Amino acid sequence: MHRCFFLALFLISASHSQADLRVFTCEPEWSALAVEIGGELVKSSSATHALQDPHYIQARPSLIAKLRRADLLICSGAELEIGWLPKLLSKANNPALRPGNSGYFEASSFVPRLDVPTLVDRAKGDMHPQGNPHVQANPHNILIIAQALTERMAALDPANAGHYHQGGADFLGRWQQAVTAWQDRAAVLRGKRVVAHHKSWVYLQDWLQLEEVATLEPIPGVPPTAKHLGELLRILGAEGDGAAFIIRAPYQSDKASTWLSERTRIPALLLPLTVGGSAGATDLFSLFDDILNRLLEAEQ
Amino acid sequence: MNRIIFTSVLLACCSTTPLQAQDEIELLRQEILKLRADYEARISTLEHKLETAGEKSAMTADQQPVAQVAETTAAGIRAGNNAFNPAIGLIFQGQAWAYDNDPRDYTISGFPLGGETEPVAEGLALGETEIDISANVDDKFTAWLTMALAIEDGEVGVEIEEAWLETLSLPAGLSARFGRMFSDVGYLNTKHAHSWDFVDQPLAYKAFMGGQYIDDGARLTWIAPTELYVELGGEILRGDRYPFVGAGNSGSGARTLHARFGGDAGFSHSWQAGISYLSGDNESRPSGAEDNPHLFTGDTDLWIADLIWKWSPNGNWKQRNFKFQFEYLHRNETGIYSLPDGSQHPLDLDQDGWYAQAVYQFMPRWRLGARLEALSSEDPGAMFDGTALALSDSDPSRYSLMADWSNSEFSRLRLQYTRDEAGETHDNQWGIQYILSIGAHGAHSF
Repeated sequence: MHRCFFLALFLISASHSQADLRVFTCEPEWSALAVEIGGELVKSSSATHALQDPHYIQARPSLIAKLRRADLLICSGAELEIGWLPKLLSKANNPALRPGNSGYFEASSFVPRLDVPTLVDRAKGDMHPQGNPHVQANPHNILIIAQALTERMAALDPANAGHYHQGGADFLGRWQQAVTAWQDRAAVLRGKRVVAHHKSWVYLQDWLQLEEVATLEPIPGVPPTAKHLGELLRILGAEGDGAAFIIRAPYQSDKASTWLSERTRIPALLLPLTVGGSAGATDLFSLFDDILNRLLEAEQ
Repeated sequence: MNRIIFTSVLLACCSTTPLQAQDEIELLRQEILKLRADYEARISTLEHKLETAGEKSAMTADQQPVAQVAETTAAGIRAGNNAFNPAIGLIFQGQAWAYDNDPRDYTISGFPLGGETEPVAEGLALGETEIDISANVDDKFTAWLTMALAIEDGEVGVEIEEAWLETLSLPAGLSARFGRMFSDVGYLNTKHAHSWDFVDQPLAYKAFMGGQYIDDGARLTWIAPTELYVELGGEILRGDRYPFVGAGNSGSGARTLHARFGGDAGFSHSWQAGISYLSGDNESRPSGAEDNPHLFTGDTDLWIADLIWKWSPNGNWKQRNFKFQFEYLHRNETGIYSLPDGSQHPLDLDQDGWYAQAVYQFMPRWRLGARLEALSSEDPGAMFDGTALALSDSDPSRYSLMADWSNSEFSRLRLQYTRDEAGETHDNQWGIQYILSIGAHGAHSF
């Protein structure tokens, strides 16, 4: 009798430990991070891919269906997904994932945010009152978020807590080494001036000590205009070496950066903003490898 | 540290089976790994902060970056009694509209209109001003209010378009809504006027839904736990707003059911299809001329099939996108019509209507659209000759073209031309419209 009971208990716990943690992320970098920590226990899918602007996604039926079945929602937050995530959440009828509940994980809320506006006014463009949401571009932020996420995953799936802690610790160890190596490689970039398409790179700039001299968008969210580009050409052209790079994310049109690059001879670069943004950026490690490769290659 | 491990190993060995001991060692090992990682991460963060701080303080004043660093812990907490203010949004609409014919005489042959189906006001005019107020009530409910301020016959009228509570924590993919709401049928019926792609509703919505079917009642919705999007829902409503009038069945005169399905095809395509059914009682429902209406008493059944297809290259909506929208409405009315001359006639009438529209955003901010639509009806019989139910020689139809420009998600200017062949005399209608939004603006559904 007892033996049967223990056998049953063992089978239940064994089957439970095989259970997947279903993760729904708004951006691919968080899917990659969840898999780094949880490995084969995590079944993760991202609402957007690297060629989509995460500000502007349709609240598609397929995403509602995914959210309905998810155990954990991971998003950058800071209103990056304000145009579609609230609608998905209200339609998906999955209470665990609502803001404030255990299944809701807002990555940007764990790190210090840059570009927090002192005056919130839509005349200044697409503003994020809680600061710039593109926090993944600084690997130190990934480190902090990975720790918080490890704890969250362990809390949501306590039977496998040990597995997540081990996966998290392993990831942090490897990440730490990688960050040190990246910082050594990137030392030559310090102080370089950049022109960015959109304010997508403030955390990368903060990390590598790059100086953003202008954006191609006249104000955040408004596409580059001829007038504004003319102004940039005047400023950057006049100084001769006005900037070292013009950078854009894969989902941003290359027209404006190519136009400006041809006239100023400043190299225009596509940088992967997240996993999948370039052929080389297949995971979080190769994402930063590739960003640095591209910057260093253009710098020479 | 070593001593701890040693002690625990010793304890583990002494007290229990080797299997358990191994488990505990494993736990300890993980605990240590975790401690180490935490420790390293903290040091690294601190180092980075120190480094940045050092360099920032070394800068001269005019080099100071404008950006500030938000403290994650204390951010957003305000004192005072307004900290729980609900989200408030305002939507302004207005237009300048021109007609060949007098819009006050507008009719659709064979389809006497009821509800809110007035044509867009002629000339320069303020459209509907919408006030949205919403917030979570507590952990179980959220609340939403939409008030519409409109000018009718020179008077300002306030209408409650929506005032509902919705559950936040029902299990098993269920949610319920109570109050006044847009009935969850069809596609366009669930949309606020400011998110329509044309300035006015399709003919089929004017003829069968009274513009937009809004009523008081309760709804239950279920989302299936499947890869394919499956949504099932039903409503019990008061039945006192066009197309149902009289609050029959002791104030529960209308019932609706709907099913929606949807999914993606690759990264670039997505679709949604739905089927809805409305059924209700009518007690002296007025339609046609306001001062001398046709009155209908009887049952109304409505079926709506809708199909939405959206495309954007790689799903990157901002650059270019395309939306196709099609709805087919079928109505059966069985009952008695009281005509303006006082005569009463029994009627069992089937009517159909459809519209198809496509909107293409060919570059950021600019969109072009076209809409085709038509209505058709059974012949109600000779006794309706000379009334608003009498059919004309050809089915009512309409063709519209529009172009709009959106400086941001919060502003839109639109130009629209419509060739209207719905009434006895054909009409050309055109004009410009603005839609502006300030304050909190909720996300739009698919």
